[in-house]
Formats: sequence, C-alpha cells, structure tokens
Amino acid sequence: MVAAPSPLVGEVTRRLATRARWRPYEYVFWLAALASVFLLPGKHLILTEIAWLGLFALSLDLILGYAGIISLGHAAFFGLGSYIAALLAKHAIINEPVLALIVSGLGAAVLGFATSFLVLRGSDLTRLMVTLGVALIMREIANQIPEITGGADGLQGVTIAPILGMFQFDIFGHVAYAYCLTVLFVLFLLARRVVYSPFGLSLRAVKGNPLRASSISIPVNARLVAIYTFAAFYAGIAGALLAQTTAFASLDVFSFERSADLLLVLIIGGTGYLYGGLIGAVIFKLMQDWIANLTPQYWQFWIGLVLVLIVLVGRDRIGQWTSAGRALFERISRRFARNAMPSLAGKGEGR
Amino acid sequence: MPVVLETVDLEKHFGGIAAVAGVSLKVEKGARHALIGPNGAGKTTVINLLTGVLRPSAGRILLEGEDVTALEAYKRVQRGLARTFQINQLFLDLTPLETVGLAISERLGSGAQWLRLVGTNPVVVEEIVEILDRFHLTDVMYERTGNLPYGKQRLLEIALAIACRPRVLLLDEPAAGVPEDERHEILATVAALPADVTVLLIEHDMDIVFSFADRISVLVNGALFVDGAPEEVARDPRVKAVYLGESLDA
Repeated sequence: MVAAPSPLVGEVTRRLATRARWRPYEYVFWLAALASVFLLPGKHLILTEIAWLGLFALSLDLILGYAGIISLGHAAFFGLGSYIAALLAKHAIINEPVLALIVSGLGAAVLGFATSFLVLRGSDLTRLMVTLGVALIMREIANQIPEITGGADGLQGVTIAPILGMFQFDIFGHVAYAYCLTVLFVLFLLARRVVYSPFGLSLRAVKGNPLRASSISIPVNARLVAIYTFAAFYAGIAGALLAQTTAFASLDVFSFERSADLLLVLIIGGTGYLYGGLIGAVIFKLMQDWIANLTPQYWQFWIGLVLVLIVLVGRDRIGQWTSAGRALFERISRRFARNAMPSLAGKGEGR
Repeated sequence: MPVVLETVDLEKHFGGIAAVAGVSLKVEKGARHALIGPNGAGKTTVINLLTGVLRPSAGRILLEGEDVTALEAYKRVQRGLARTFQINQLFLDLTPLETVGLAISERLGSGAQWLRLVGTNPVVVEEIVEILDRFHLTDVMYERTGNLPYGKQRLLEIALAIACRPRVLLLDEPAAGVPEDERHEILATVAALPADVTVLLIEHDMDIVFSFADRISVLVNGALFVDGAPEEVARDPRVKAVYLGESLDA
C-alpha cells in the first residue's frame, strides 16, 4: 500500500459517488407518478395495473438487464406470489395486506432460489426453454389442485382487509394505486441501491464476461443464484399486488402470454437502467388501452405488429433512443434549472 | 526453492485428441518460468487446466502443496493463482476503474455487499488508484474499456490479474498483438512484477523468453519435451530441431 494517499483518491471517490447520484429525469419521473395520484383520479384503475406491471418488469430487468439471464417464464414467480396472497387473505391466515405481500414475495423467492440452479448453465435458448418449462409446470400444478387453487375457475371469495388496518380498498382504485405505487417506489429504491453496490457491479461483470469474472475470484454461480432469487421476490410481490387489488387469482397469472408480454414491456422500455420496465409498462398499458378502445378485436394484431417492428428496428437502437431521450431530458432540465434562477437566466439567453 | 505449483501426469483429451498428455510440471517459488512450444502444443490448455477453466481428464494439480484439481476457478484465485488471457477477456462496458475495483473488492471480501454503494470503501479506492497508476491507466480510467486502444486493454489485462494480488501469476502471451512501439511498456510492467510473485509465462517471442525466464519448459504435442535453465534449453539440439529451428526458418 502506498504511504501517502495520492490526490487522485479524492477525485476518484467523488467520481464514483456520482455513479449513484439521482439524475434530473428520475426526479421528474417520480414527481409525475406522485402527481398522477392527485391529478388523475379517473385513471387509477389502469395506473394500478401499470404500477404492478412496472414492478414485474423491473424484476425481469434485474436478471436480464443486469445479469444477462433471459426468461420466458417469469410468470412462475408472479403467479405463485399471486396465489399465496389470495390464499392468505381467503383463509384469513394473514389479514394485513403488507405483511401478506412480504410473505408472498418470500414464497416466490423460495421458488426462485430452487429453480435458479436450472438457469446457471447453458445458452439463452436453454434458459428460455427452462424458464418457460417451470412456468408451465407451475400452471399445471395450480390446475391440478382445484381444492386449493379453485382450478380453472380461479380463486373466488377473496376479501382483502384494510392496509395496515386503516385503508380499505375502494372500487375506484384510489387506495389500490397509492398502495401499488408506494410498494413500487420502495422496491425501486432498494433495487437502485443494489445495482449501484459492489454486488450490482459484479453482476454486470458476470453478464459481460463470466470467464473473466470467475478469474478475478467472483463466484459467478452464487451471484446468479442471488439475483435470480431477489428478482423472484420482486415478481412475487408484483403478483401479490395483482391478487390484492383485484381480490382474485386465476390460472392466467401463470400464463405464457404474461411472461411473453413482460419481455415485450421491458424491451419497449429498454434494459439495464431500471426505468426500462417502468416506462415500458406505461407505454404498453396505455397502448393496449388506446388500441382496445379503437378496435377491441384487433388488439393482438397491433401488439404483434409493434413486436415485429421493435425486433426489426433492433433492441439496441431502442436502447439508444431511450438513452438519447434521457440525454435530451437532462439538457432540458438543466436549462430549466438555470432559468429558475433569474441571475443565471440572462446569461443563458445571452449565448 | 519450494515448489508452489505442480502438475502430476496431467492429461486433457478433446474427443480422441490428447491436447495435454501426461504433463508433470514443477514451478518453484519466485521463479520466472517460461512455457514454450510450437503452435498447438497445448500451452493454453495447460493454463486453462491450472486455473480451473477446464477439468483435466486425468492427473492432479497442486497449489502450494494442496490438491486443487477439483477446486472451482474462482476459489483458486482466492488461493493466490491469477492469470491473464492470450485474447483479452475484459468487461467492455465497464471502465478500468470499475474493473480493477471489482477484483480488489472480491479479494477483500466486500464484493458481495449489496447495500453499500461502490466507491465508499476508501481502502478499495486507494488500491485502485495505486494499481491504475502503476499500469499507466489513470488517464483512461473513466473511459469505457471497449473504447480503449489495444495496448491499454493489454495493460488492463495484466493490472486486473495483479489486483487479485497473486502469489502465482500465469501470463498467457502478455504482449500478443501489441504493436512494436507499445511492447516495451507491457514488458517493462512484466519485468517490474514483485520478485516474490512466481510467474509462469507463455510466450512465442524468443527474445522475451530468454530475457525474462530463469527456467524454461518446452511443450510439444501436449507432452513436456525439455525442462531446464535457459542456456541448457537453448543448447539442446532436440529443441532446436523441433521448435527453435522452425521459428528461425520462418
């Protein structure tokens, strides 16, 4: 070790600290989300769906965008979380929704841990097939035990108690939205912390070059197991939010379409920067809503067309658009920040 | 001198081909040991077996007297065995700063911390700066590794292995592909490695081998052909015939 720390150490520490600094577009995103609670009361039902879908997509981003694990069966964890939450409420095992939510997430995490060993090795194709298989198995299990799950009819007669014993869910989705958004925000903050940690950085190393990662003593498999389990927890929470806000769970929670749509959501928004899933969920749900209003029967056609276009244009280029959008946004918000201060505004215009 | 790295009848078959056929190699503590041989002799396969990238078909590997044959690659690094790659294996989307930091964090046992932000451990940061400085990488430390010139990537390749603070370092053609005018920088860093670090070098360039090594092993067709001091190896007529002869003709 060097005797006297070089002046570079201070500079490097400062530069590293900026990695995790909040960017202007992030403030705007969350302020807009907060504003929607008060300004868009008529849209709270669809916003609720956007919130849990965003959380679900955030979960997929953690494994795909940060660790490079592609999945076509993420609904396995979503669905398990959903059923656990619905069953806990139906049989009054845990009445309080927040506690039930955490238990549901933990249940999904256990499944995530158990199945993580299947995705450690192999190509993307192997992983797609294995994850798809796990979700199909979960769906069939739920189908085969109707005395517990309600089978094809779904789990009826679920009543959800007030959140923290205080806030009762209402039919307009006001409480549901505030609840989902709060959960999303808290879990987003946690995910953000994790991806900027040494653990998060090591995931990107594993994704970039697993051979080199293991030759600088990163335990590649252990890291993949950890993030897969962590992401399954998130997916389980998202599924539990669906069950709690609709007081219902059905086999549909495990469906292939749900996993496939999720991949689409994340690809629309872009992977590997945490906001992709959230932005993708907003675009996907609004597009679905809008097109379904125009032509209810052709929704599938349009979403199929969008999918083809996205793949043709290329995921990378979409990523460039979103990062270009973010860069533009940062420039605009910097200008706003300048204009907000009168003494600097004159200088800004003088250029 | 005690032997720090040893293989006993090491074998590796790919299908019906024996890439490594019964290699028993001893590397002494503090040695500057070169492993040479014509193309396809199995040199890189030996390195991959030593580091755990490949599993041997037969034979044993001993690191500081302990059998590590079945040990996973990352655990061998923890035991002090690090390597560089013949073809760069770097994290193209990360910066040299992050890359070196990763290796240091793992060595200090803080690599799995998931609620602490990167860069908040002063011990790690100080060591990153020290290593980047030693390998002339401070001027590019914030740049994306994939955008660096080849010579800088090559330096980072070695810096990364050094950040693991190895007791035994395996260098797989460290100067491969580096333009002539940038070679000296790489070779100077290799020559400046601490004396207590044992180095096993794979190299094609005979000038480098004979200026660097105090012991040379010659691998031909997956088997150890000659093993001795540089002057013995240089004088050996069989080596001249099989290896040096070829390269002199070329």
